[in-house]
Amino acid sequence: MFRLSIPLRQALSRLTLPVLVAVAFGTMLLGKADALLAERARVLLADALAPFYAAFAEPARAVRETIADLPELLAIREENARLREENERLRRWQSAALALEAENALLRRQLNFVPEAAPSFRTARVVADAGGVYARAVLIALPPDLAVRRGQIALDERGFVGRVTEVGTRSARILLATDMNSRIPVTLEGSRARAMMVGTNGPRPRLQFWAEGTRPAEGERVVTSAEGVAFPAGLPIGVVRYSASGSAEVEMFALLDRLDLVRLFDFGLGGILPPEAVARPEPRARR
Amino acid sequence: MIGVPEPPPSLLRRVEALARNLLPGLLAVVTMIAAAGPTGLPVLAPALTLPQVVFWSIYRPAAMSPPAVFLLGLLLDLLALAPLGSGLLTLLLAHGLALRWRRFLARQGFLLLWLAFCGFAVGAAALGYVLSALLDFALPPLGPALQLAALTACVFPPIALLLGRVHALMLRAEETA
Repeated sequence: MFRLSIPLRQALSRLTLPVLVAVAFGTMLLGKADALLAERARVLLADALAPFYAAFAEPARAVRETIADLPELLAIREENARLREENERLRRWQSAALALEAENALLRRQLNFVPEAAPSFRTARVVADAGGVYARAVLIALPPDLAVRRGQIALDERGFVGRVTEVGTRSARILLATDMNSRIPVTLEGSRARAMMVGTNGPRPRLQFWAEGTRPAEGERVVTSAEGVAFPAGLPIGVVRYSASGSAEVEMFALLDRLDLVRLFDFGLGGILPPEAVARPEPRARR
Repeated sequence: MIGVPEPPPSLLRRVEALARNLLPGLLAVVTMIAAAGPTGLPVLAPALTLPQVVFWSIYRPAAMSPPAVFLLGLLLDLLALAPLGSGLLTLLLAHGLALRWRRFLARQGFLLLWLAFCGFAVGAAALGYVLSALLDFALPPLGPALQLAALTACVFPPIALLLGRVHALMLRAEETA
C-alpha cells in the first residue's frame, strides 16, 4: 500500500466524490449510447441473483397469500356473527316448538286420544304396465319372502296410487285410482265433506256423490277417507280441478303414467275387495 | 502511558471494524434486492435506498464512502430498470449534500431531520424526472415521480428508527472495544 502524506490523502478523498459524479455522467452517456450494454448487465445481474430470488420466493408468496386471505378472514367474522344471530333465532323457535309439543301431549292426555301406529311399508319395483282385466293397472315384482295381501295400499313418493287386487307368488297387480273400476272414498280437506272418486280410464278421476251444498272448491286438497274401512284417513291423493265441461275432477299427486317404485302399506284394512275375494280378508297380525 | 505508541489493533479488532464499515452497504444491497425481486415492487428499491444512504452519510460517513454509494447506485439502476446512471447520479449528489450538511443535520431532532429528508426525497424525484426526460428526449408522466417522492418520504421514519438502533449498537460495541 502506498504511504501518502496526510494533505494529499485529504485532497484525494475530497476529489473522490466529484470524480465519481463525473463517472456517473459518463455511465449515463454510455447507457444512452449503447442501450444493449445496460440490458446485458441487467441480465447478468439477474442471473447472479436468481438463487437469491428463489430462496426469497417462498416466504414472499406466503406473505402475499396471507394478505390475500385477509378479506376472507374478515368475511368469516361477519359470517360468524350472522350465524350466531340466526342460531339465537332458531333457538327461540325450538323452544316454541318444544312448548307446543308439550301442550299437544297434554291435550292428548285430556282427550284420551289413541295415536295411530306408524304404518309399515315395503317398497317394490313396477315391472309392467300390464292391463289384465283392468285398463289401468300395473304389475309389481315381489321378492319371494315378501308377503303381500290383497287390499294393501300403494303410494308412490308423492301420493296415492291404488290398491293391490291380485297377488301371485312373485308379482302383484295394483289397480290404479284412474281405472274405471276404481272407487275411492275421499274427504275434501278444506270442507271435510265426503265424496267418491271414480276412475274414468282418463288421467283424472272424477268426483261424485258429494253431499248437497258441499261443492268441491277448485284447488282443494283431496285425501282418503276412512269410511268403508278400506283406507286410513288422510292419505294425500290430489287436488280438485274442474274440467272444461264443469265436472269436478282430481289431479293426482302421484305420477301414474311413469311409476318406478311403489310403497305398499299394510294398514290392516280389508274393506270391500274385488269379487274373487269373497272370503273375509285374513286378519293382519296385531302389533 | 504518555509517549508510548498505541499497540496496533489486533486482527479480530480490524475484522470487526471492517464488518462495521461494510454492514450499512450490505444492508442497503440486501433490501434493494429483496425489494426488486420477490416482492414484485421494483418501485420500492429507490425509495428504500435513498433513506439508508442519507442516514449513513449523516451519522457514519466512514461506512458510506463515495465508492460504496457509487456501487449502490449502479446496482439500483440495474435493478430498478431506470435509465442507466440516473439513480447513480441522484444517490451520489444526495450523499454529497448530506455529507456537507451532516454537522448541522446530526444535531437536529427527529422531526427536523425528517423534514430535511423530505427535501432530499423531492429533490431526488425531481432529478430523476429531469434526467429521464433528458435521456429519453420525452416528458415522462409526472405521477410516478410524485408517488416516488411521497413513498420515499414515508418510508424514512421506520428505516431511520431501525438504522438508529443499529447505529447505537455499533457505538456501544466501539466503546467497549
